[in-house]
Amino acid sequence: MFNPFTTHHSSDMNWALNNPNPEGKEPRTTTQSSDFYHLSAKDSPQKSRKIDFWRSGLMGFAKMQHSVAVKMNNGNNNDQVGNKKGSTFIQEHRALLPKGLILWTIIVGFISRGIYQWMDDTSKVRREEVLVSMCDQRARMLQDQFSVSVNHVHALAILVSTFHYHKNPSAIDQGTFADYTARTAFERPLLSGVAYAEKVVNAEREMFESQHNWVIKTMDTGEPSPVRDEYAPVIFSQDSVSYLESLDMMSGEEDRENILRARETGKAVLTSPFRLLASHHLGVVLTFPVYKASLPRNPTVQERIAATAGYLGGAFDVESLVENLLGQLAGNQAIVVHVYDITNASDPLVMYGNQDEEGDTSLYHESKLDFGDPFRKHKMICRYLQKAPIPLNVLTTVPLFFAIGFLVGYILYGAAVHIVKVEDDFHEMQELKVRAEAADVAKSQFLATVSHEIRTPMNGILGMLAMLLDTELSSTQRDYAQTAQVCGKALIALINEVLDRAKIEAGKLELESVPFDIRSILDDVLSLFSEESRNKGIELAVFVSDKVPEIVKGDSGRFRQIIINLVGNSVKFTEKGHIFVKVHLAEQSKDGAESKPALNGGVASEDITAASKPSSYNTLSGYEAADGRNSWDSFKHLVSSEELLTSSEFDASSNVRLMVSIEDTGIGIPLTAQGRVFMPFMQADSSTSRTYGGTGIGLSISKCLVELMRGQISFVSRPRVGSTFWFTAVFERCDKFSLKKPTVENLPSSFRGMRAIVVDAKPVRAAVTRYHMKRLGISVDVMTSLRTAVSTASGRNGSPLPSGTTKLDMILVEKDSWISTEDIDAEIRQMNSRTNGNVHRKTPKLALFATNITNSEFDRAKSAGFADTVIMKPLRASMIGACLQQVLELRKARQQHPEGSSPATLKSLLTGKKILVVDDNMVNRRVAAGALKKFGAEVVCAESGQVALGLLQIPHSFDACFMDIQMPQMDGFEATRQIRMMEKEAKEKTKLEWHLPILAMTADVIHATYEECLKSGMDGYVSKPFEEENLYKSVAKSFKANPISDSSCSQS
Amino acid sequence: MLGLGVDRLQADINRLLTSLFHQGVLDEQFLQLQQLQDETSPTFVYDVINIYFDESEKLLRSLRLLLMDREFSDYKKIGLHLNQLVGSSSSIGARRVRNVCVAFRSASELNNRPGCLRGLEVVEHEYHYLKNMMHELFQLEQQRLLAAGVRYPM
Repeated sequence: MFNPFTTHHSSDMNWALNNPNPEGKEPRTTTQSSDFYHLSAKDSPQKSRKIDFWRSGLMGFAKMQHSVAVKMNNGNNNDQVGNKKGSTFIQEHRALLPKGLILWTIIVGFISRGIYQWMDDTSKVRREEVLVSMCDQRARMLQDQFSVSVNHVHALAILVSTFHYHKNPSAIDQGTFADYTARTAFERPLLSGVAYAEKVVNAEREMFESQHNWVIKTMDTGEPSPVRDEYAPVIFSQDSVSYLESLDMMSGEEDRENILRARETGKAVLTSPFRLLASHHLGVVLTFPVYKASLPRNPTVQERIAATAGYLGGAFDVESLVENLLGQLAGNQAIVVHVYDITNASDPLVMYGNQDEEGDTSLYHESKLDFGDPFRKHKMICRYLQKAPIPLNVLTTVPLFFAIGFLVGYILYGAAVHIVKVEDDFHEMQELKVRAEAADVAKSQFLATVSHEIRTPMNGILGMLAMLLDTELSSTQRDYAQTAQVCGKALIALINEVLDRAKIEAGKLELESVPFDIRSILDDVLSLFSEESRNKGIELAVFVSDKVPEIVKGDSGRFRQIIINLVGNSVKFTEKGHIFVKVHLAEQSKDGAESKPALNGGVASEDITAASKPSSYNTLSGYEAADGRNSWDSFKHLVSSEELLTSSEFDASSNVRLMVSIEDTGIGIPLTAQGRVFMPFMQADSSTSRTYGGTGIGLSISKCLVELMRGQISFVSRPRVGSTFWFTAVFERCDKFSLKKPTVENLPSSFRGMRAIVVDAKPVRAAVTRYHMKRLGISVDVMTSLRTAVSTASGRNGSPLPSGTTKLDMILVEKDSWISTEDIDAEIRQMNSRTNGNVHRKTPKLALFATNITNSEFDRAKSAGFADTVIMKPLRASMIGACLQQVLELRKARQQHPEGSSPATLKSLLTGKKILVVDDNMVNRRVAAGALKKFGAEVVCAESGQVALGLLQIPHSFDACFMDIQMPQMDGFEATRQIRMMEKEAKEKTKLEWHLPILAMTADVIHATYEECLKSGMDGYVSKPFEEENLYKSVAKSFKANPISDSSCSQS
Repeated sequence: MLGLGVDRLQADINRLLTSLFHQGVLDEQFLQLQQLQDETSPTFVYDVINIYFDESEKLLRSLRLLLMDREFSDYKKIGLHLNQLVGSSSSIGARRVRNVCVAFRSASELNNRPGCLRGLEVVEHEYHYLKNMMHELFQLEQQRLLAAGVRYPM
């Protein structure tokens, strides 16, 4: 695979080797960067932005630039490969999605069409069934009605035969017949009328005509009938058809056939339909034969013709019959009914129905009709009046189905599209994430590298400035150089902070664990700020609870860093009032001081204090503080509980949780900004940094450090009142004597057993003073009024001190108390003079505490008798000691360490130690030996691991070994392993424990990590080239961690 | 004018050192080295630097021999030599030698023979420059010592 690294390096090389003049920094940078831009533009897909970023930020740091950028490119390439693998089925087929949607829609369309067909078919079938049943019903009813009518006609025929022929003389005449038929007409609703025609043969015509007094007429003309074989003149008729009387029924062709058929069959016979004379309705004529005598059981046709007496006829109004019938039935509007006479099958005759009224021709049903005339055939055809409407459910169901199907398809499509989009986004995000991570790595690397790159030239600058300051300079020049040096130091400090931050973020910061004295550290911090606080007139005080162990084990440097940071902030933002640092055990604050719940954020506490705002507060300086916890009310619990429980009892646990609070009465933090106080580079507001300077990184580092110390940091702040920061930190308890002497600040011991009176109206401040005095071994009585103190001291009223003794060595007066007490100066003078006169009593010395003092005040103090001294605040035990020494003219023999600083301590660690230096590089060996020799060690060198092994055969007299890691043949790790093996064997043999501290020497800290060193049995490492502090740290750690070497060193 | 030029000589030394620092020939490690020198070992720096030059001379010769060989392939050995050179250079604070050595080493890690050859040249160039400068420095130092050693009876 193409490795951009390769090309980069070789290009770098090429440059380095081609350029004859390597001093030219400028061309170097530009050549490289352009090279880099070119490459990255080719490689990386997101070039332009990155290039801009780098270009703006890193023009000067081409060297690290490309390694970082190359890494990013690599990462991206890998990632893109990963992306491709991760794509899903849907994504791969994203082009098919719209086609899929269309296909789905078509399928749904087909299905809905099928459903439509099916529903339509079923509805058609049902419609047909309905039609069939309706038609059949109508046909049956028509038939029934018809047969009922026929039966009546039959009955009428029998009536006529009975009463006209069997009675003699006849019982019926026209009047009777008409009357009877009229009255029985309800039984024949369909017959417009009935008439009876008698059979008359031509021979009987004369007689018949004369008998009835009229001539037989033809039907169509009404003329007297021509001569025929036979006639059938109507003799009786219902009134409705009375016009038929005397008409010869046989004169009409059709009627004649009817009559003939009727008498042959003996049954009712129908004509084909025709328009009735009266109503113009379509109708048929029903003819029924009347026989003279009763016929034999199965009469022949001849017998029937012979027996025929006449014919009963009636006109059937088929149209109204059917109309009536249909009217009685439901649904008659829906269908069209036609009745046909189909005797002649080729030419059906319409009996009923409007021929124009077609109805729905697609569907019809035929029902046969049997009107009892075997010769005539009828049928009924039913149709729907309207075309079958598309049913509503079909209308709704099918579109609904289609719509739902389409929607489902669309939803699926939408989902798929969404999935594709989300996955695209996801991949994009992933890519961005990788990029962001790469950028983060780059940032860290950038920070680390840049810090380092800056530090190196800065060291040069500082070194040169130091050298410059050693030369002869004019005062202006010196001033300039000194300023430059201060600025450089500040810059280095800032870079270190940034580096710290980066280290913490990368989780690379490790806390060390060395014993230290909290009190002296606090004193140191205080002394750092004493100048500034004094100039501002702020009281700066520290109080450490007695319960806090004298020596704890932890990272003193980091602890100090936190406190310096917090106190520094407080000093920066406080113009008046006080800054009060208080240290106590976290448990103490729980049971004692936390009578009032901790208030977070200023709002709640503001309410409380606003209600009863006292004119002065029981705080250190009398100014109001943000957190009530440090005021006297709760503070006295702390102090009193200490007095009750003296520090004799020792907690069983090896850890001690300290709580440190830093209270100030400064400008406070705006409520809106309180949430982001611990965020890096965030100051309360941007104007803050303009007014007060600073980067705002300190608090975030402090927070990280506190968290590393397994503690918490928090604060209470009220704008314009002040802030109280507090944090907890866990330290190991430590034996008092485990601390190496030099780091303990030696407090003079000459004050032990002395007594003093402290005059201070402010209890908190008095407690602080008492704390410092106590450290010096002076027991203190606090008095609130100077007057009582003076009178007590002068013994005028003879009252003994509260503690019972009368011995008094000094009176320490707080300036405020002195200023506020009027006319006391004279008394003081008097007291001084009186006690001076008293030979047996020692004069109590007077001293004044002041934060700041004006000249006039100073003169007054002098005149009043405070000539002895004015002790300037902030108070520190050592300073009080020094001042009091002056006052009491005690001479203390300062014991040791005129030089004081780390070389001396390193010297003390290393003096007389026999140390083996193992390095294959002669120069390195020589330098290491030189450095160690300088600190008083006796150095033996070995140029390889094998030689070292030979020298270290047990028993040997070496106290420590510095081992190079990179050596040919046997590297440092291997050599160490073998040494440890030898020690183990020796232990088994002689029961004597050997453990030689072995410290790795390496030029490359990253390469050989601490873990690797430890794994192979080393005790620590020193980075090459040697730096004193670094060396001291490692040496101190490994010597202390190892009591055997201690004992061996004490023997040697 | 023996004895009167002490300050001037010291100034010269400082100037020379400053310029060396400016050019990046030396770094603060050299200052550390100077601090190690005291009454008990008055020639410490001189000794160390001499050892450095002896050792480096050997290494450079060996490197040149290795690289001049036509069928040469022992880049590992070159790497070892260069490690030595880097180590000792950083020990005495010869920064530029160290830097070019690092570049040389990366070329050797890539088995880049032309790069190695060029690297060797650059290293030799830097080395000789350093040697000259050091020579000058020590001469000045010697003069200064001589001058400082002169006592005029009062």
